[in-house]
Amino acid sequence: MSLDVNGTTIEVDENGYLLSLEDWSEEVAGKLAEDEEIEMNDQHWEIVNFLRDYYQEFQIAPAVKVLTKAIAKKNDIHKKEASVFLYELFPNGPGLQACKIAGLPKPTGCV
Amino acid sequence: MEDIKGAGNSGDGQEMEDNKGKFLNPTPILDELEGGQWPSFITGFKELGERTEKPMIRGVLDQLEYSYKTKMGYWKGGMVTVKGYGAGIITRYSMIKDKFPEAKEFHTFRIQPAAGLHYSTKMLREVCDIWEKHGSGFMNMHGQSGNLQLIGIEQDKTQECFDELNQAGWDLGGAGATVRTAASCVGPARCEQACYDNLKVHEKVLKNYAGMTHRPEFNYKMKFKFSACPNDCANAIMRADVALIGTWRDSIQIEQENVKEWIDEYGEDALYEQVVNMCPTKAISHKVGTSTIEIENKDCVRCMHCLNVMPKALSPGKERGASLLMGGKNTLKVGVNIGSMMIPFMKLDTDEEIEEFIEQMDEIIDWWDDAGFDHERIGETIERVGMKQFLEAVGIKANIDMVVRPRDNPYYKKKYDSTAD
Repeated sequence: MSLDVNGTTIEVDENGYLLSLEDWSEEVAGKLAEDEEIEMNDQHWEIVNFLRDYYQEFQIAPAVKVLTKAIAKKNDIHKKEASVFLYELFPNGPGLQACKIAGLPKPTGCV
Repeated sequence: MEDIKGAGNSGDGQEMEDNKGKFLNPTPILDELEGGQWPSFITGFKELGERTEKPMIRGVLDQLEYSYKTKMGYWKGGMVTVKGYGAGIITRYSMIKDKFPEAKEFHTFRIQPAAGLHYSTKMLREVCDIWEKHGSGFMNMHGQSGNLQLIGIEQDKTQECFDELNQAGWDLGGAGATVRTAASCVGPARCEQACYDNLKVHEKVLKNYAGMTHRPEFNYKMKFKFSACPNDCANAIMRADVALIGTWRDSIQIEQENVKEWIDEYGEDALYEQVVNMCPTKAISHKVGTSTIEIENKDCVRCMHCLNVMPKALSPGKERGASLLMGGKNTLKVGVNIGSMMIPFMKLDTDEEIEEFIEQMDEIIDWWDDAGFDHERIGETIERVGMKQFLEAVGIKANIDMVVRPRDNPYYKKKYDSTAD
């Protein structure tokens, strides 16, 4: 499967996740978000950028627990509030949707 | 040796003949499961498949037949959710979808039952209709997970199916690293031994942790189970991270009149054999020729045996409440554990008392969320850091009535020897 962004063809897997992290750009992220019916704002970008930084450092997407705690710390809110906040931004789950928009591979397993 | 006719050979000419006009393909190996004296899930699968003519059911039967032939399972997990939920749907993709395209997806909805598994027939009819409309029509009631499980749906139908279920009053259960769907025994709704209203506590806990049930972000799963008396019909002590088991702190109530009735009906020998000698702590005494019994309550270990044998004559004390045991689980990082006694007795009659319990649990879960490793149940975290550290961290005072290990090996049940001293 592939994704068409401004005339450039980008390879994605059967669920629409980028096959190569290198193909990612803000335009690509915008297109991926559009497909997920998400209108990107600063808060969305903040999380997408956090995921990309984390992935580049550790070569793995953070566990939702780690993401939630990081967001709680950054915004100075309780982790329960951070969890609700994340799902408001990414209704189908930050694991699935935010990773997709950030160009990370699809999370596996039951979490 | 008997020839298993047609087994693993679905292309057989005779079978093609027998199968004429049927929707499902021949499944000779699976058919063997229909023999014997028990109901077979294969019979149910086949009936539903022929009636509804859903290709998904045909595909799953074909793949299962193939699984029995090759002695391999072909399902893999993944991630399927509905809007706002991170958990509640168990994903099943076929690993051999090219061979069995009809069995490509067969996901499972976990639906939360009401406390004590009480349903109205109307609700059950609704869930059946919705499920047959969007999914396969199969359900599973109830595994150890405590959920009503709806088995077999495709990913692109999950949202509309969930919306309809939700409109009818159902919600998804827990899966993955969440507070899981809780389980209770029938409690005071249908049982005279109930020592606290476990159904009410269950409901309050369920509502308090709804967010943590739907959004997986713990180290691993966290299970609550509520048994209203020490018979522990919800299997809480062995299976739940948090087991709330009903108990009493005064004396067993004795109706001597009913004791006499019991003795008149079954005889004095039966009283010795079934009650007095069966008491593990020898707390019950009876003088030959009389029609009463005495109980030394400080020796009672709440095994429930005498109360179960003489339910009319004996009942739990008047000062009733619950014990909190934590850390029960099956094999994971370390072996099987039975819950450790954390709070020997607490009252749970008023809303405030239940609220207090939930606040204590919030603190405990918060601690575990920070102190626990990935994929570590709370019992293992406690074992790793030490009970003392745990108690200090969550503010529970150590107490002589606390028992770390009620019984080391949960598979072991002592046979009490009635002739021993």
